[in-house]
Amino acid sequence: MNSELLTQQVSVFLENKSGRLAEVCQSLGESGINIRALCIADTSDFGILRLIVDKPEEAVTVLEERGFSVGSTGVLALRIPDVPGGLGGVLLHLEARGINVEYMYAFFITVEGDAVVLFKVDDAVLDKTVEVLRENNIVALPATEVYGL
Amino acid sequence: MIWDPLYECMDPEQRAELQVRRLRETVARLEVNVPWYRERFKEKGITAHDIKSLDDLRLLPFTTKDDLRETYPFGLFAVPLEECVRIHASSGTTGKPVIAGYTPEDINIWAETIARTIACGGGTSKDVLQNAYGYGLFTGGLGLHYGGERLGCMVIPISGGNTARQLMLMQDLGSTILCATPSYALTIIDEAERVGVDIRKLPLRIGLFGAEPWSQGAQETIEERMGISAHDIYGLTEIIGPGVAAECEAKAGLHIFDDHFIPEIIDPETEEPLPPGQEGELVFTCITKRAFPIIRFRTRDITSLDYEKCECGRTQPRMKRVTGRTDDMLIIRGVNVFPSQIEEVLTSIEEVEPHYQLVLTRPKRMNELEIQVEVSPAIFSDEVRHLEEIEQKIAERVNSALGIRVAVKLVEPKTIERSEGKAKRIIDLREEG
Repeated sequence: MNSELLTQQVSVFLENKSGRLAEVCQSLGESGINIRALCIADTSDFGILRLIVDKPEEAVTVLEERGFSVGSTGVLALRIPDVPGGLGGVLLHLEARGINVEYMYAFFITVEGDAVVLFKVDDAVLDKTVEVLRENNIVALPATEVYGL
Repeated sequence: MIWDPLYECMDPEQRAELQVRRLRETVARLEVNVPWYRERFKEKGITAHDIKSLDDLRLLPFTTKDDLRETYPFGLFAVPLEECVRIHASSGTTGKPVIAGYTPEDINIWAETIARTIACGGGTSKDVLQNAYGYGLFTGGLGLHYGGERLGCMVIPISGGNTARQLMLMQDLGSTILCATPSYALTIIDEAERVGVDIRKLPLRIGLFGAEPWSQGAQETIEERMGISAHDIYGLTEIIGPGVAAECEAKAGLHIFDDHFIPEIIDPETEEPLPPGQEGELVFTCITKRAFPIIRFRTRDITSLDYEKCECGRTQPRMKRVTGRTDDMLIIRGVNVFPSQIEEVLTSIEEVEPHYQLVLTRPKRMNELEIQVEVSPAIFSDEVRHLEEIEQKIAERVNSALGIRVAVKLVEPKTIERSEGKAKRIIDLREEG
């Protein structure tokens, strides 16, 4: 598949301790890295912070230097019509082909009136997902464009 | 190489005769020179003349850690203080430490048993020995130092700590033997990997690690990540320091230098001696030391003894790796567990780094154990589900191996304190009562 479509999401392991989230954001801020979108998945003990930033490779380096456990994962940034049922429609197309969305979250900003939502699917179904998107005229934004949002 | 074949490979019967003679002499000296022992012997109705065979050892009284505290600092010295040339002390985390004295003869015996220890691990006079045991009151530093010199090694007395400098000298001076606590060896590995030094490509070939209980799994991890042969060495301040027992190249237990220190295994409850092979508390009697010869010292270490001749040629009995001490033992819902057993399970799980901590709490009048494990790159995932699966996997393995239910908590990398000496594995948050 076309790797241009894979936006690199930076993920960070965080213990549920006060000040950890601030430390991540500060570290990135000091290095001039801008956070574009984020979500946190958490349990009672720990959380995983997922970030879309303008300079993902730099972000990984900066956070690793600060001793965080950091990973990088390819996700798809899809343009979704900002209307009732817009997201539901996209999900139906994926579901119809048996593609399971592992998690998703939205950008703060819109592109030409469309919402931008980040989707994580299993790597094994990535090609198939892109195919489904194309067939249904759902636009996946190239990574370079996402970093510049 | 065997440093002292005369004693290390001596015919067992001949050695038994030697031991009995030395034991009798020691008891006779204690009768005269140490009032505390004189009293105890009198209570038991025993004199040096009653020692006719090794079985008579059991007629003698035990010496416990409490006895050493009671006689602090010099109450059990068997020579006038002016004959001593050195003292060492146990770490004494609670209360007063144990003060051990050494005459020049004792220092000589010690250098000999350490030379045997290093040779046991495959060391020779050609080796460059980096001694990362702490120098000072702790017996590890100076003990390995004198023994290394006795064997003819070039000793680097770097002491513990300053890991960056350890790595620098290891590379620049071409160290071939590293002496350290196993937990500090892991700290050195971590630092090397962090700064991109591959220890496996350095001349380092042997590790002599001891002074704290560690698992077979940790030994294998260190061997693989340093590209060396790692050996367990054993000793304690009360007996002499390191140089009481050492693992040879056959790696089938640690040879006890029993021409100086007679071992016994007893049932810690009944205090009755146990037969070879049976696990119990290790007890030592010093039979050659001048200044501080302790009789039947209860080490609280749990192990068993094997008197079969070893394939390395040594005839001295072997003790199994010490898996724990009676006072380190945790009782979790009625099951006895040693921290090293948990370490063994953790090191058997591929993704798990050997950095862990055990947190003991008592929320409802029952001990609960939480194992904290660092998130390594191999564990990390951006999905909560995978991380929870790892936690479950660890808990399940511990449960199936040890029969206890534990909570597992993943913590951020490098947040568990790195050891420069003896690792602190247990955080006890239980409230008294």
